[in-house]
Amino acid sequence: MRHILSILLENESGALSRVAGLFSARGYNIESLTVAPTEDPSLSRMTLVTSGSDEVIEQIMKQVNKLIDVVKLVLLTESDHIERELMLVKTQARGEAREEVKRLADIFRARIIDVDAGTYTVEVTGTGQKLDAFLEAVGAANVIEVVRTGLSGIGRGDNALRV
Amino acid sequence: MELTGAEILVRCLKEEGVKHVFGYPGGAVLNIYDTLNAQDDVDHILVRHEQGATHAADGYARATGKPGVVLVTSGPGATNAVTGIATAFMDSIPMVIITGQVPTHAIGSDAFQEVDAVGITRPCVKHNFLVKDIKDLALTMKKAFHVATTGRPGPVVVDVPKDVTTDRYAFEYPKKIEMRSYKPASKGHTGQVRKAMDMILAARKPMIYSGGGVVLDKSHEVFTEFCRLLGYPVTNTLMGLGAFPGTDPQFVGMLGMHGTYEANMGMHHCDVLIAIGARFDDRVTGNIEKFCPHAQIVHIDIDPSSIAKTVKVDVPIVGAVGPVLRQLNRMIRESERKPDEKALAEWWKQIEEWRATDCLRYDRASKRIKPQYVMEELYRVTGGKAYVTSDVGQHQMWAAQFYKFDLPNRWINSGGLGTMGFGLPAALGVKLALPDEEVVCVTGEASIIMCIQELSTALQYGLPVKVVNLNNGYMGMVRQWQEFFYQKRYAMSYMEALPDFVKLAESFGHVGMKIEKPGDVTGALEEAMAMKDRLVFMDFITDPEENVYPMIPAGAGQNEMILV
Ligand SMILES: Cc1ncc(C[n+]2csc(CCOP(=O)(O)OP(=O)(O)O)c2C)c(N)n1
Repeated sequence: MRHILSILLENESGALSRVAGLFSARGYNIESLTVAPTEDPSLSRMTLVTSGSDEVIEQIMKQVNKLIDVVKLVLLTESDHIERELMLVKTQARGEAREEVKRLADIFRARIIDVDAGTYTVEVTGTGQKLDAFLEAVGAANVIEVVRTGLSGIGRGDNALRV
Repeated sequence: MELTGAEILVRCLKEEGVKHVFGYPGGAVLNIYDTLNAQDDVDHILVRHEQGATHAADGYARATGKPGVVLVTSGPGATNAVTGIATAFMDSIPMVIITGQVPTHAIGSDAFQEVDAVGITRPCVKHNFLVKDIKDLALTMKKAFHVATTGRPGPVVVDVPKDVTTDRYAFEYPKKIEMRSYKPASKGHTGQVRKAMDMILAARKPMIYSGGGVVLDKSHEVFTEFCRLLGYPVTNTLMGLGAFPGTDPQFVGMLGMHGTYEANMGMHHCDVLIAIGARFDDRVTGNIEKFCPHAQIVHIDIDPSSIAKTVKVDVPIVGAVGPVLRQLNRMIRESERKPDEKALAEWWKQIEEWRATDCLRYDRASKRIKPQYVMEELYRVTGGKAYVTSDVGQHQMWAAQFYKFDLPNRWINSGGLGTMGFGLPAALGVKLALPDEEVVCVTGEASIIMCIQELSTALQYGLPVKVVNLNNGYMGMVRQWQEFFYQKRYAMSYMEALPDFVKLAESFGHVGMKIEKPGDVTGALEEAMAMKDRLVFMDFITDPEENVYPMIPAGAGQNEMILV
């Protein structure tokens, strides 16, 4: 099962490598990982997407929690939450594609943020599935370059992860 | 008043009550050495190899429960220390290792003797720090000792660049420390403890299985009380020996790959397993699919990640062994319910039948020296009171099987990592901490050579430990596996070109003895022990093809032991 971990960790040099090192050393997989400072500059927020059986996920939670730099963590996928990912796509924009990609961008509520004679650069936000669907709709032949941020997530309602 | 970084560091050690530092100098730590040299509070023990420093500090910590402290230089000093750091990590031993580092401005430039010590040690430490600013030095040292010694203990590395040791700053050592990201549990959850009690008292075929956690938490007394209160059979892991008296009939011996038949059969057939400060290591469980098929399991451990890691647990309790067992003992005493006497008597009858197989028997009439016999005699001659360190191999298992430890901290070996070379330096660390105690290193001719250089340290600091070398001419444990599982193809396990250990000991300034006949074993041991102020190296020429029995072969269950 796919799961999303939200982790608050000390904003110390090396903290990221402790988490990443733990995953590789213990053979856990990382589908995506994003990290950036929070409103409190002493803390970083990491969102990590992984997968595994319930037992494996439980071990992952315990092992991550055991890292001295980790202040708090939750399994976002355990309760109501919102997932978002940002993607920048450079596409072909000649001939039919010029109209078609624009039309798709509208349907997906994406934005074309850069244009030249032969290409568009499109910004798409949404769940991972939505981004996948956009790429599929545009078609591999039209896609030149893809940059994805990896997933970010947050709990719904007053469900907050803070110190 | 402002102090240099080196002075601050030494003051921190003093504040922590550190009496001994094991180390080896080099460019990056010269300022620290210069400062150490100018004071008398903290003694420095010069080892002969950084691996020796880590094992000595480790032995010191295991015997006393106090953190072992190591000081090494950058680059090769740090890399040489890694084996010892990993050894301590696997067995949860509190240590603080100070590694020198190139100056902050040179970090990342492939400077002379630069390695990324924090990166290299990260997977084998409880935590590590790089001190980039002298302002953080004292606080970091405080954190290092705090993290190393609390919760599930472990080694902590503090990497100190050379310029930080010469910078100046006011010294203030924090009295207390709070870390928002590190709050180890202590007391167990009352509801869980109550559930555990219910399960424990309802057992008809119980087993108590305890590990190194009881020793590390200094909880052998409350643990023994718990065992006596219930009267259930007790088995210890390799790391847990001595937590319950080894000579007590309630003790069924060590469990696991080379544990006793009765302990392993008891595990296999039990209906309630009470695991305390143990981590279900693969050398204990055998094939995990076949492990304790009939048991409900209570698991008490301070480290949540040890619980349900490989084996599903019915009642997990996160907490320190001592406080949890105190809670549990109180509840059991106050409870109306008592263990089922009749069922328990039946169970003990079964266990005694298993015990009657006498699984540790060996050929006592042999013309060759049997290693088991040497261990039995060592036990007798030392009155069972010695601190015994060991290396890794058959001799380690024989020591664990035949030396009956009645008290904790007396049995000091590398269980988790299985590090050959551990025994001698660890013995020196123990002797330094406890000069009035008898300290014996049980070793093999292959292992001892891995850190033989420390014989020199022993001479310099007058550490008269006794070395019992069970010399079978083979890497015995490797040979045994090759005999059993590789049709006796003894690839590279014969120790050719061995030194003359008597002369070798003598050349290091010690006493050497070579013992070749069974009839000379006792006399030699007595003679050696009587030489109170000399290190005596006893080279026992033992039966070259003796095997460690019984044995759970890899992949088998606990009820599938190979007997003699
Ligand atoms: C540093 C290290 N290298 C290799 C091993 C693998 N190993 C385990 S036991 C053993 C043989 C030990 O031989 P010896 O010290 O003579 O002891 P014996 O088994 O003969 O009692 C070896 C090579 C190890 N445990 N540690």
